[in-house]
Amino acid sequence: MEPNGGCKSLLAQKSIRELQDLMEKGECSSRELVEAVSAQIEAVDGGINAYVDVNKEAALLEADAADARRAKGEKGLLLGIPVAIKDLLNVKGQSCRCASRILEGYTAPYDATAVAKLREAGAIPFGRVNMDEFAMGASTEHSAFGVTRNPWSPDHVSGGSSGGSAAAVAANEAIVSLGSDTGGSVRQPASFCGCVGLKPSYGRVSRYGLTAFASSLDQVGVLSKTVADAADTLSVVAGHDPRDTTSDPAPVPDYASALGEDLTGMKIGIAEEFFGEGVDPEVAASVRTAIDLCISLGAEPVPVSFPHLKYAVSIYYILAPAEASVNLSRFDGIRYGNRVEAEDPVSLMCKTRDAHFGDEVKRRILLGTYVLSSGYYDAYYVKALKARALLKQDFDKIFEQCDALMSPVAPTTAFKIGEGAKDPLALYLGDILTIPSNLSGGCGLSVPCGFSEAGLPIGLQILGPAFAEEQILRAGYAYEQARGPDLFRRWEVEDGR
Amino acid sequence: MKYLPTIGLETHVQLNTRTKIWCGCAVDSTSEPNTNICPVCMGYPGSLPVLNAEAVRKTVQTGLLLGCTIALRSKHDRKSYFYPDMPKNYQITQYDQPLCTGGSLDIEVEGTTKTVKINRIHLEEDVGKSTHLRGASGVDYNRAGTPLMEIVTEPDLHSEEEAFAYLTALKRILEYGGVSHCNLERGNIRCDVNISVAEEGSDLLGVKAEIKNMNTFRGVHRAAAYEIKRQIRAVESGTPLVQETRRWEDDQGVTTSMRSKEDAHDYRYFPDPDLAVITLTERQVEAWRADLPELPAARKQRFIEELGLPEYDAGVLVSEIALADYFEKVVATAEGNAKAASNWVMTEVMRVLSETNESASGFTISPEALGKLILLVSKKTINHSKAKEVFAVLLEEGGDPESIVEAKGWAQVSDSSELESFVNEVIKENPSVVEDYRGGKEAALQFLMGQVMRRSKGKANPKMVLELLKESLA
Repeated sequence: MEPNGGCKSLLAQKSIRELQDLMEKGECSSRELVEAVSAQIEAVDGGINAYVDVNKEAALLEADAADARRAKGEKGLLLGIPVAIKDLLNVKGQSCRCASRILEGYTAPYDATAVAKLREAGAIPFGRVNMDEFAMGASTEHSAFGVTRNPWSPDHVSGGSSGGSAAAVAANEAIVSLGSDTGGSVRQPASFCGCVGLKPSYGRVSRYGLTAFASSLDQVGVLSKTVADAADTLSVVAGHDPRDTTSDPAPVPDYASALGEDLTGMKIGIAEEFFGEGVDPEVAASVRTAIDLCISLGAEPVPVSFPHLKYAVSIYYILAPAEASVNLSRFDGIRYGNRVEAEDPVSLMCKTRDAHFGDEVKRRILLGTYVLSSGYYDAYYVKALKARALLKQDFDKIFEQCDALMSPVAPTTAFKIGEGAKDPLALYLGDILTIPSNLSGGCGLSVPCGFSEAGLPIGLQILGPAFAEEQILRAGYAYEQARGPDLFRRWEVEDGR
Repeated sequence: MKYLPTIGLETHVQLNTRTKIWCGCAVDSTSEPNTNICPVCMGYPGSLPVLNAEAVRKTVQTGLLLGCTIALRSKHDRKSYFYPDMPKNYQITQYDQPLCTGGSLDIEVEGTTKTVKINRIHLEEDVGKSTHLRGASGVDYNRAGTPLMEIVTEPDLHSEEEAFAYLTALKRILEYGGVSHCNLERGNIRCDVNISVAEEGSDLLGVKAEIKNMNTFRGVHRAAAYEIKRQIRAVESGTPLVQETRRWEDDQGVTTSMRSKEDAHDYRYFPDPDLAVITLTERQVEAWRADLPELPAARKQRFIEELGLPEYDAGVLVSEIALADYFEKVVATAEGNAKAASNWVMTEVMRVLSETNESASGFTISPEALGKLILLVSKKTINHSKAKEVFAVLLEEGGDPESIVEAKGWAQVSDSSELESFVNEVIKENPSVVEDYRGGKEAALQFLMGQVMRRSKGKANPKMVLELLKESLA
């Protein structure tokens, strides 16, 4: 490490707000910040494997440009802040492999809208972070570029599919990261790695440039060190995009102004179904303690029920693979990416897909193809759509009674690497608490709320109806401020040693 | 035994929008390969479609022209199959909720009018174009994402002539609607033909064959005629027919099997989650209806009633929208000389057009120039035979009729003293002809007329010449 490496890793440990303060005072520059993050990556990523690609030289140039903008008096929520990008968001001129061999050699010819908004705000897309291949998985074990390890315990998974984002933020290898959440892929790894994960409402952030997994469920999300950082990042990337007809025209509120330390008047729903069978008692206890703290801040508890929760996983594992099976048809080796040469176009496509898709991706393509096929469509796809509507009704009823719903993010803490592969179905069931928010189109937040006895982070999930980001951010922020040092600490470099 | 063929047509029509259906790339079939492409029409990861509102308008207007019911709520679906010319390996189309349903089109076959029912019109995307070279294949994606309307008939057609007449009538409507360039050579209109034959009087339909991707109307006529004969022969000889997709081999004049029903794709249709449901309001549809161009039948009636044209003239002029438009512009300049304009268009203009195989929309002589020429005749500045010479000059060199007449000195001579001296000379020089005329031979007068005209270099006002001759010989 360089002589001032200690100082630099201190920089990398800081939140966006702390860094803006320092840069405003002239105590550090964006260039120094990129250097610091880069030094931390060099120091610890060998043991974590959060990054699949790092573009330091280009990032330094952009950092200089951001410093120049600041020198001219410009201010901005993310000005000069490096942002780690999940490997499925297109950044012009960079690789975008979605952690898959099939996109080896593909260079993105355009910026995703969320990325373009980051650039406009003076943020720096810096590095590409690991994930489960095409976001299919909950552990980042299904990556063509190796597993991303949990910074708090290297033999445990970082969660997924945005495991690279969560691990990078947690291990101070990133200040903030953009991920994506289709069934919990932002919130669950945030919970496993002890950082904040925000899944905005469907339509809040443009999906243009986000490689599609399941188009009706995918949403760009934020992984950050603090709730305020998540709010600031959302303020930058949210908003209507004429290139995405599913993006919502609702104006973007000033999320930061919703944050406050008092929860008086807020109604917090608690559904016992979310604490049912399969939820680790340690996790449940930790989350209930967090809810009690929110009540002590003025929130009013409201018991609610979620009768269709038990169908959530079945619905999801019909609809998501169905959409994915068709979304992934385009990867055929004809126009871009990796190719296995063959005598005729059809065998070229078959061989390419056979050789370069991983097993989990193939499993979901098969599932999706099956449920959409003639004779099964009504029994599976159409029925799942109807059940999705029922589940959404549960949510609608709940949010008539309360402002936000609190629950665990995942039934357990991070599991051991290799454990999930033994039983894919059990792994799918682990998504039960996060999936409903994707199926309903609402928003959700994961906030660290303690550690297990084994020293693994636990996350509190705060769910809201569509476009109620202000409510869940407000609750998360108040809890975070009141939480106390026993329940959370930032990762120290020594933690990685 | 007599057999009744039954034919249904699925016609794919490229819309003439400026840009593609999901992105801002130009629709232009003349560009270099793979120049009108972007991440969206190439199906790059993360790209999303945005529906082109013009394509919706043109599809709805076509539906209105064909008397369809317009769905105020419709949607797009994905149709999955793998082929290199399809960038996403799924085509965005409309499966169970098309923009237009019902409707009909009147066709004329052997002097009788018949109504063909339309089943539906839906809006989808065209695919790229594959080229197979020796040892390699290439794909041009310029065409991928061109808005494509599929117009499906009920199985209402019963002969190759009816199929041909339907396509001709449909093309005329599409041209009138201004929704497609209708250039067959460029593949603007392509057609799948479904054919079966059954014993006449039977309630059951025979086994259907679908002939794919026909791109000429003459080809449809020939292929349908062949296929009907083939199927009748099979039925008569007791050979069982199978439901299948066939290909027309134009050079051999036969259809051959491509694949049977057993090999048919399972397209796995499902609603496209990237696109919102298309919602239209009654008001929008009515505004588009009000914006529709006048159809051939209405225009013909107007030509008869308002311009006083004979029915025959009106019928010929409205047969092609470009011709009717040209004619109307001529009339506008010719200050209402409608019959003269009609004569010029139907004789001189159409003669040249058929010689050069061109459309009236690009005719060398502008309608304004022709209108001015007609005015010169009606104002007696020139006579009809000189006008034809002006027409020839306009065709060859272009220019303005008045300037041509002036430059060539072709203005009609109507000065009676000048004409009188020509008449006197001709009478003096042709005593025997004069005798013949006086002896009752009317044809002699024509000869003397000709002599006077020649002397005037064709510029004499023929009416005056005739009067002067009659006076002098009386």
